Amino acid sequence: MSALSQRPQHAVVGLPLPHESAALHVTGEALYTDDLVGRTRDVLHAWPVQSPYAHALITSLRVKPAYDVPGVVRVLTADDVPGVNDAGVKHDEPLFPSEAMFHGHAICWVLGDTLEAARLGALAVEVEYEQLPSLVTVREAIAAGNFQGTGRHLASGDVEAALAAAPHVFQGEFEFAGQEHFYLETHASLALVDEGGQIFVQSSTQHPSETQEIVAHVLGVASHAVTVQCLRMGGAFGGKEMQPHGFAAIAALGATLTGRPVRLRLNRTQDITMSGKRHGFHTEWRAGFDDDGHLVALDATLTSDGGWSLDLSEPVLARAMCHVDNSYWIPNVRVDGRIAKTNKTSQTAFRGFGGPQGMLVVEDLLGRCAPLLGYDAMELRRRNLYQPQHSTPYGMPVRHAERLEACWSEVLAAADIERRKTEIEQFNATHANTKRAVAMTPVKFGISFNLTAFNQAGALVHVYKDGSVLINHGGTEMGQGLHTKMLQVAATSLGLPLARVRLAPTRTDKVPNTSATAASSGADLNGAAIKNACEQIRGRLEQVAGGKLGISPHDVRIVDGQVHGLTFDGESLTWEELINIAYHQRVQLWAAGFYRTEGLHWDPTVMRGEPFKYFAYGVAASEVEVDGFTGSYTLRRVDIVHDVGDSLSPLIDIGQIEGGFVQGAGWLTLEDLRWDESDGPNRGRLATQAASTYKLPSFSEMPEVFNVRLLEKAHEDGAVYGSKAVGEPPLMLAFSVREALRQAAAAFGPAGTSVELASPATPEAVYWALETARSGVLSGV
Amino acid sequence: MTTIKVNGKDAPLTGVPVHTTMLDWLRDRGLTGAKEGCAEGECGACSVLVARPGIDSATEWVAVNACLLPAASLDGQEIITAEGLGSPDALHPVQQEMAVRGGSQCGFCTPGFVCSMAAEYYRSDRTAPADGPCDHEHGPNGFDLHALSGNLCRCTGYRPIRDAAYALGDPSVEDSLAARRSSPPPPPAATRLEVDGSEFLRPAGLDEVLQVLADRPDARLVAGSTDAGVEVNLRGERAPLVIAIDRLDELREFTFGPDEVRIGAALTLSEIERLLAGRVPLLAQMFPQFASRLIRNGATIGGNLGTGSPIGDTPPALLALDASLVLASRRGERMVALADYFTGYRETLKAADELIRAIVVPLPLAPLTAFHKIAKRRFDDISSVAVGYAVDIVDGVVAQARIGLGGVAATPLRARATEDALIGRPWTEQTVREAAAVLAAEGTPMDDHRASASYRSAMLGQSLLRFYAQHLAAEGVPA
Repeated sequence: MSALSQRPQHAVVGLPLPHESAALHVTGEALYTDDLVGRTRDVLHAWPVQSPYAHALITSLRVKPAYDVPGVVRVLTADDVPGVNDAGVKHDEPLFPSEAMFHGHAICWVLGDTLEAARLGALAVEVEYEQLPSLVTVREAIAAGNFQGTGRHLASGDVEAALAAAPHVFQGEFEFAGQEHFYLETHASLALVDEGGQIFVQSSTQHPSETQEIVAHVLGVASHAVTVQCLRMGGAFGGKEMQPHGFAAIAALGATLTGRPVRLRLNRTQDITMSGKRHGFHTEWRAGFDDDGHLVALDATLTSDGGWSLDLSEPVLARAMCHVDNSYWIPNVRVDGRIAKTNKTSQTAFRGFGGPQGMLVVEDLLGRCAPLLGYDAMELRRRNLYQPQHSTPYGMPVRHAERLEACWSEVLAAADIERRKTEIEQFNATHANTKRAVAMTPVKFGISFNLTAFNQAGALVHVYKDGSVLINHGGTEMGQGLHTKMLQVAATSLGLPLARVRLAPTRTDKVPNTSATAASSGADLNGAAIKNACEQIRGRLEQVAGGKLGISPHDVRIVDGQVHGLTFDGESLTWEELINIAYHQRVQLWAAGFYRTEGLHWDPTVMRGEPFKYFAYGVAASEVEVDGFTGSYTLRRVDIVHDVGDSLSPLIDIGQIEGGFVQGAGWLTLEDLRWDESDGPNRGRLATQAASTYKLPSFSEMPEVFNVRLLEKAHEDGAVYGSKAVGEPPLMLAFSVREALRQAAAAFGPAGTSVELASPATPEAVYWALETARSGVLSGV
Repeated sequence: MTTIKVNGKDAPLTGVPVHTTMLDWLRDRGLTGAKEGCAEGECGACSVLVARPGIDSATEWVAVNACLLPAASLDGQEIITAEGLGSPDALHPVQQEMAVRGGSQCGFCTPGFVCSMAAEYYRSDRTAPADGPCDHEHGPNGFDLHALSGNLCRCTGYRPIRDAAYALGDPSVEDSLAARRSSPPPPPAATRLEVDGSEFLRPAGLDEVLQVLADRPDARLVAGSTDAGVEVNLRGERAPLVIAIDRLDELREFTFGPDEVRIGAALTLSEIERLLAGRVPLLAQMFPQFASRLIRNGATIGGNLGTGSPIGDTPPALLALDASLVLASRRGERMVALADYFTGYRETLKAADELIRAIVVPLPLAPLTAFHKIAKRRFDDISSVAVGYAVDIVDGVVAQARIGLGGVAATPLRARATEDALIGRPWTEQTVREAAAVLAAEGTPMDDHRASASYRSAMLGQSLLRFYAQHLAAEGVPA
């Protein structure tokens, strides 16, 4: 057991605690960025002028009419930018574009005394466009050869030889949709120039340091002139990793030019038409199986729909390629990846970050091929699971692969799968118009940023003279419970009751150069940094306590705020007494903590290395019922066993698993991004740009029975207090829902029917799938 | 008096622009618990409680979308927000259950959930069923999960929120909001506000409304504002004159029998559901599928017909029920059959100076009825196709059939060809299959983001097969 992972007795980590802000959430007292507007004087409000074309040159921009609207104070255009006119790190996304690259692209911004004035001002701005040809679908971009960034190639074994030798070879094409984040809180920033001349930006951002850097480069100032604070986010899911920067920069630019605070909050329509989403992919594949159902070769080409600029498309693609194997041993693999450039929003990070897209390829093909191979899909999946001696196609040993089997068998037993399969068979035999099915799918998800440099974090821990503790760290709170876990880590490291520790909002002048709170890594990285800071302080305090108690500093124990020797029966001190003594001995009572994940290496040019510290595992079983008249369905029961290591905070972790699962089910079954692909006047317009047309899972999509268990005996040696990351992996457990729908649709047809299912598997998609099965037309894949 | 009582304190409305929503007004006052998630009544993050006339009690705490209501429409009324229910040191029982069970993650939707849940907590006819939960949408404490159908959470997956809802007990005797239910709600205040040249008017009586309507064809009638609020928020509609009619007694009548059911146009869907109490089974089937509880608490039946939308959920049901409308103006009243009312896309027989006063459903009802709604999502979605059936079988022969359709043409319509293919023929699978083929060809469905035209047509045909199968199942014939 490593020093990092070892837990002391009486640890505060591991306790099932509610979210640290729960009482504030439920009373409406929790403050989000846009709640600060009413507390700030003389705020200006921002409204964009958005392009009505998917692709067009801006030939003329007349802002003067906006100034005739009462209450309009300023119109921001490219001419106002003192620094770099770009909102990203790739320098391919101008903040104020000269060419509209997608329908809804913000051309300029109007600032008004009221939001109404800004809105009317934006309506008054006169823009002339020269329309240009546009590429709206990934297929159009492939046909036109329009790609961006660097394509990648991943290979292991000899795919051609294996395919030639395989007794069963199938091929297919599969295009699947992306997903809108639909965090309930839309993008929001509030910027002002403070009393020290510093530019202070409150932003709903997962990546305050990068928001700070972009604001600085747009304003042409150094990073130390800009501070970004994130109180908390009303959801983010990856959608606030890169996307907030430009909005923060607009607000900051407005604040410096007008001397007044500027609030930029997108309404839902603006948010959904301007901000990036999960990448949809087009994929082509060939797969070879041996006679025992082993997947012996996979050749796949993945083309992601990157939208108009690169954003995070390259690392998303890399993670997709690293996850085409999901949990399955495939000795011969070749994956080619490329990024299409289309006239759409710039697609970006979204929970799973390409992992779900990569895994969907293999889960889809297994679901399609199982009936053709004569296997029950559940059995086919199980016999392909990784075993402990295996390595991934990029050359990383699959450590703890036995946990896949452990999760699988626990779900089988706990969910009573064999009995239910029999019941389902009986049900289906007696119900012509309704069919049920249960499917099981596994997840193996690599934890760490693929890019090694991002795997570092900082923290700042202060102990005040009264013994109270204030912690800061580089991670942001978006609902995932990071701050709750960090409080538990600090209390555990210092040996204090939770109530002695307070956490202050994330800001760049406390902890600099932070990585995004992303890749599920927030607790691993920041927890280790906080632990490091606390241990520095504790080490100094142990010296003081040892002197006071007349024992070796190594024998000092601090438990629940009491300072003892090893035996707990001699002289003791309270924490407060110890702090008082230490202060008077001039001992430093604060520390900056730092952590870097050890042992990672990755060569993106050849796609080989060990980019992940460990894998998170899980298995889900989902049972659905499908109505043969309409294709509509219900999710009757879900059973999950998931590996979170030794949980830091079980209530939080179960919430992440359930929420991730339902969000994944939303992506795969319900959420339907539709762009206007016609040649009509609205070409490129997002047709589903509101909650009324883009439907999220609601109560009606919640599983009727929902059992989630954490895998036991799951200590992870490489992470803080033996825990594992949990933010992203459970999303992919939702493949079980999609596969159950496929099997239920197949049940309308003759035995052995292979069903192709669109993604998302909306009721309409399921209807066409079951109608095809029912008509007896057997698919040959 | 132009004030609203918020969390027990009067707050002034004076000088507030008349298009200001309740939500913006609350947030401008520092009550930032209610949030804007969508601005169209879909997410419920803005949910607040309003004291309304009750059916089983003098006052009912009703949850509504604050993003849709003009602040001016609540003149003289009482509002409770999440901040008013409890504080971090003294949580309300609903807040307590939500907090300890992991009901909040990011917390942004939470104040809205808390208000919707509190409304159900205080619902005066919420009673625990004798034998525990009757189905997976009702808790052992009588909590109806549909109360939360208009609230979206992107984080939790809903299970802990459901558990919180099902763990609630009954309000204590000291609970002041529970006690408030036994005295009447504030009466509607006759209101006239004028700010920056725009007017908001709540007349005291129908005559005054009809006079204004005759004088001002540019007036915008607003009841629950569930449709008008979307126009204001998302499409920038700024009517020079808004007339609130939702509290007019003349539009809130309700009588049942012997020859007809008469439903006042300004009754909300929620009110009608409780007043009918299942006595019109076709409507009872429709109500839970009509938007969400939050919307049904504001939306009126007159409003759903007044917009003339081809995808409203009441028209297919009311067409099958052979309903008529009472249209009123200064010129008098007239009855119009709903089947004749829709004349084109969002066009109706209603003249500019007329309003819908009541909906009349003739009695007796056809014995065999159903409402089928096809949508992507079961709770709170707009239909791709909706079908209402009212059929009478006499001695195995179809004696009468009325079928109302929505979502397959520019207007709601009667499936006349299908009706003809059924009436007078034996109620058999062969008849139904032939009629289903006719039904699949009714209307002129189109492709859009909700569904393809071919799916819509297929759903029409399948709907009749399903109706028949459901009938057989109800008769005990195995499918």
